[in-house]
Amino acid sequence: MSADAQLLDLAAGAFLLAAVAILWRRDVRAQTAWLSLQGAALAAIAVILGADQAHPELYAVAAAVGLLRAVVLPALVRRAVTARAEDRESAPLINVGASLLAAVALVLLAYAVAQPLVRLEATTAARALPVGLAVVLIGLLILVTRRKALSQIVGFLLLDNGITAIAFLAAAGVPILVEFGVSFDLLLAVLVLRVLTARMRAVFGGSDLDEMRELHD
Amino acid sequence: MIAALLVSLIQVLIVLLGAPLLVGAMRQLRAVMEGRVGGGVLQPWRDLLKLLRKAPQRPEGTGAAFRLAPLLGVACCAVAAAAIPLISTRTGLDAAADLIAVVALLTLSTAALALAGLDTATAFGGMGASREMTITALAEPAILTAVFALAAKVGSTNLPAIVATTLGHGARLASPATLLAAVALGVVVLAETGRLPVDNPATHLELTMVHEAVVLEYSGPDLALIELGAAMRLTVLLGLWSSLFAPWGVATSAGPTRLLLALAVFAGKTLALGALIAAAEVFMAKLRLFRVPELLAGSFLLAVLAVTASFFLA
Repeated sequence: MSADAQLLDLAAGAFLLAAVAILWRRDVRAQTAWLSLQGAALAAIAVILGADQAHPELYAVAAAVGLLRAVVLPALVRRAVTARAEDRESAPLINVGASLLAAVALVLLAYAVAQPLVRLEATTAARALPVGLAVVLIGLLILVTRRKALSQIVGFLLLDNGITAIAFLAAAGVPILVEFGVSFDLLLAVLVLRVLTARMRAVFGGSDLDEMRELHD
Repeated sequence: MIAALLVSLIQVLIVLLGAPLLVGAMRQLRAVMEGRVGGGVLQPWRDLLKLLRKAPQRPEGTGAAFRLAPLLGVACCAVAAAAIPLISTRTGLDAAADLIAVVALLTLSTAALALAGLDTATAFGGMGASREMTITALAEPAILTAVFALAAKVGSTNLPAIVATTLGHGARLASPATLLAAVALGVVVLAETGRLPVDNPATHLELTMVHEAVVLEYSGPDLALIELGAAMRLTVLLGLWSSLFAPWGVATSAGPTRLLLALAVFAGKTLALGALIAAAEVFMAKLRLFRVPELLAGSFLLAVLAVTASFFLA
């Protein structure tokens, strides 16, 4: 196994580890620290693929992805966290132990589902494809099982990190224009969700999305 | 064969003599970091010698379980120390040095201690035993799954074989499977040795005790053996972890200079790991008992990920 392949495996492992750690921790600030690490791992995947397949423009994409996902987005989420302890806890609908066991099943599912894709092209990048899929599924799990708006933002970012990782691993990244479009969408979505969280806190005093049952005009 | 037996003997002796020193060094580091003077590195040895001189006292009505548990604890750790390739891959227990057997030995000493806690029939002993068994029952699947991830790559659960293969292919250590297994086993080591965040080794509050509640009724030489057993357990588990995930310096031949070097490297690695744990404990609080299953479920998840990674990524 070449050094490049091993580095790619390592980055993919760190990427998955960060997703698991986000599921594990309750404190939103700890989750954002892991989100930064995951962003860095994603950028590392892009750099390694760029070096491996001689795609110089991947370096630029990696720098942009690293800046956005390892620095800007986690910092935005962290700034939205207030000092109040009840807002920092992510209040899961199912307990953390059960969601960790659910994550075991999701990872196995991701590996099983991705087998045809892996068999299509037996490169190291393709073999790491299930990792991206697993992170998408774990992000989805966080998105549906956490009550607080901020935790749902974290789940949403996890989901998008997974999708970007799949794009890198399967096709060495989408065209640079599309990548930037998606990144700006993501930035806007996080900003909007932040404003929403701040408004909810001002109006209701908490950021529990379950308490928003009906729409008012 | 004689050389191999000698290696095992040296390993047992170094663990027996060095374990209280390791505990002393960890306590001293914590004391210095917390701004206290501390008792010095030799304090655990002084405590042990003082306790050994006292007259044996046993609570009325206790039986064989209470009497044998301290001896069994020390003996199990000694056998594990002989089996694990701490300084050389050629140990005297070559074929018997199975990873699953070592785990079973360490669990045996936990179970013996839990029985002793029940034997005293005090409220705290029973409560501590029940907590200790809960933690062990949750840690066991994580250990065995992580072991499976390591053994799958080598094709054997024999410890010297695993360590020798890792030494042969150094780059294998940087694979995701090994890293995930290292984190999973690290959490389990903390749980099994009763360190923070699972149990507080320095607690004086009975309601939060786990290991300390079980040994509350021991005194004199029995307590000395219990303390020695706990220190040896910590040393053996740290040694096991470092042999599996940082095996540099473990000798593959039986030359005396290589063995001496390996001995020094083993002492250095174990001290470094102990210092890392002690330094981390200064900044950490004990987890609520009801959150311990979450921690161990996380460890189990990482172990499962290690197994899947070793099958699919490699």
